[in-house]
Amino acid sequence: MPTVSEQTKSTEAQSEPTSARSYSGVGVTPGRIVGVIRKMPSPVSEPTVGEQLSGAPEDAVAALRTASKAVHSELKNRADGAKGASKAVLEATALMAADPLLIKGGIKLINNSGLTPERAIWEAGASVAEMLHNLGGYMAERAADVLDVRARIVAELRGMPAPGIPLSDTPFILVGEDLAPADTATLDPSIVLALVTSSGGPQSHTAIIARALGLPAIVAAAGVETLTDGTEIYVDGAAGTITLNPGTTERTAAEAWATTSAILSVFDGEGRLKDGHLVPLLANVGGAKDAVKAAAANAQGVGLLRTEFCFLGRDTEPTIDEQVEAYRGVFDAFPGKKVVVRTLDAGADKPLPFLTDASEPNPALGVRGYRTDFTSPGVLERQLQAIALAAEGTEALVWVMAPMISTTDEAEHFAGMCAAAGLTIPGVMVEVPSAAIMSASILTHVEFVSLGTNDLTQYAMAADRQLGPLAELNTPWQPAVLQLIRLTAAGSETEGHHKPVGVCGEAAADPALAVVLVGIGVTTLSMTARSLSAVGAVLASVTLAEARDIAALALTAPTATEAKARVRAALPILAELGL
Amino acid sequence: MSERRVTIASRVGLHARPAGIFAEAVAELPLEVTIAMEDESADDAMDASSILSLMSLGAAHGDVVVLRAEGDGADEALDALVKILETDLDAE
Repeated sequence: MPTVSEQTKSTEAQSEPTSARSYSGVGVTPGRIVGVIRKMPSPVSEPTVGEQLSGAPEDAVAALRTASKAVHSELKNRADGAKGASKAVLEATALMAADPLLIKGGIKLINNSGLTPERAIWEAGASVAEMLHNLGGYMAERAADVLDVRARIVAELRGMPAPGIPLSDTPFILVGEDLAPADTATLDPSIVLALVTSSGGPQSHTAIIARALGLPAIVAAAGVETLTDGTEIYVDGAAGTITLNPGTTERTAAEAWATTSAILSVFDGEGRLKDGHLVPLLANVGGAKDAVKAAAANAQGVGLLRTEFCFLGRDTEPTIDEQVEAYRGVFDAFPGKKVVVRTLDAGADKPLPFLTDASEPNPALGVRGYRTDFTSPGVLERQLQAIALAAEGTEALVWVMAPMISTTDEAEHFAGMCAAAGLTIPGVMVEVPSAAIMSASILTHVEFVSLGTNDLTQYAMAADRQLGPLAELNTPWQPAVLQLIRLTAAGSETEGHHKPVGVCGEAAADPALAVVLVGIGVTTLSMTARSLSAVGAVLASVTLAEARDIAALALTAPTATEAKARVRAALPILAELGL
Repeated sequence: MSERRVTIASRVGLHARPAGIFAEAVAELPLEVTIAMEDESADDAMDASSILSLMSLGAAHGDVVVLRAEGDGADEALDALVKILETDLDAE
């Protein structure tokens, strides 16, 4: 459990009587940093329903117009300094802040219902957002922008800091409750040194953003919300600890990290253990741009191509030609190498208006992934055709796998669809515990399996990936999750044809877990390209026999914490590298 | 009352960036300008300086919209706005 502890410095810091306060949470990305914090302002609270004006309505109207103009010019300034997609988003949001439809709606509520300007703009924003939402598709997505603008105007009226990532010219450590996907657009990794949140789990948006940007990060660190702007702290992203009043020890550690992280930034392009046993290290990519970067980072192929990039943000299915073009961009980055394409994984946290039902009471257990083929047949078939067409004329070795497979029947059916499309290497993801248990039978119909450890953990532990209070349950270090991975690998052995068992979840990016996975019998690891070098360096420090012994330590541990502690103790290289 | 009919040239329709450029141009004018789809009555016309109204209008590439304004300089203003809508703003 995250704890706040008050510890006095030990005798080694002889003359310093000051106490160093520390906090701990779940470390999600390694890195040791000393820096000052800037806090993410708390979300804007809703003004009380029916909140009545005490002064003159004219003054309230003037206050609303002033606030709207202030927010408009602040967003416009930010747009001027931004580039590409974020610039366009900020420009449109700036216009919304001064939009006559929104502001006139607010003024009407002040004049006719005597509401405070805060409450009036709150309600006006809600009705505009609802109108956009009802229009569906692209417009519905803009509803969130209107609500963001509304919150900014209310904050301005209250004289509070604007919600979102603080603006700063000097580097800082961002401290907040949790980040939203939209914050990625304004998070500048050259200014933000590290992320620390009081909420969120290892699979939360904060964690995903941190991994993608390669920023040291700690989530679920209860108590950090009480820290004030400008406080200097030391963050150890591997240990999950935050120390106030950093001293010489912490500064030295941060400097050492700066050196090792530079060494760790290179992967030589061949994953192998100390004894020469080969473990191909591949990259998870979400489009052609990612693929080019991954190829430059020497990834040995793509272990997970998320095809959602073609589909998200659209209200109709992309045509086969559009898909072919998008996939080919990825294939062309890996001539002669393996590219594993995951078919569309919509639903749950990735809804698509033309495919998924947003009203499901329990979307994580709903019609998602491969299951959308039950309710919207045709989409998957056309996607497989597009993948086959894109594969023609490229030199990439194209493998295809379906997400959210639960039964042998589903695997057999998917393999049949692949064969009909002319795709020769079908596989399935193992994310549902039933698929892990049935892997031997499933593998009689497909050529490989790939473990999606994020969802496998969420389903094995019955713990929502996004919930901070469940962060301790939601770790692939849980021995139950490791046992399911072992069952999957054992299933491949039983089947008898040495069919590959890969891991493409976040677990593969953790160098300590990577050793455990290889020891369990996993044959390839796929991860965000930034992690290739660290994972490669740690794997090269053990033999296959040692990896098996280390895996046994984790598999027999009674708890996740104990599993992690045992493995870290057996891998001194982790501490040496600051991982 | 001056009136102009114009076909939307932007391939994405009057959304996103094209809508922003157009709304900003209208906001700079000293007149009130309304916009409606070709088959809608003038009573249902919306404020053309509002990006939110433009987005909710949902005018797609090739749709015909009607711009209306009244007062001094209305004709000149509308002619300038017509030019904007006749340009593929998304291509710039």
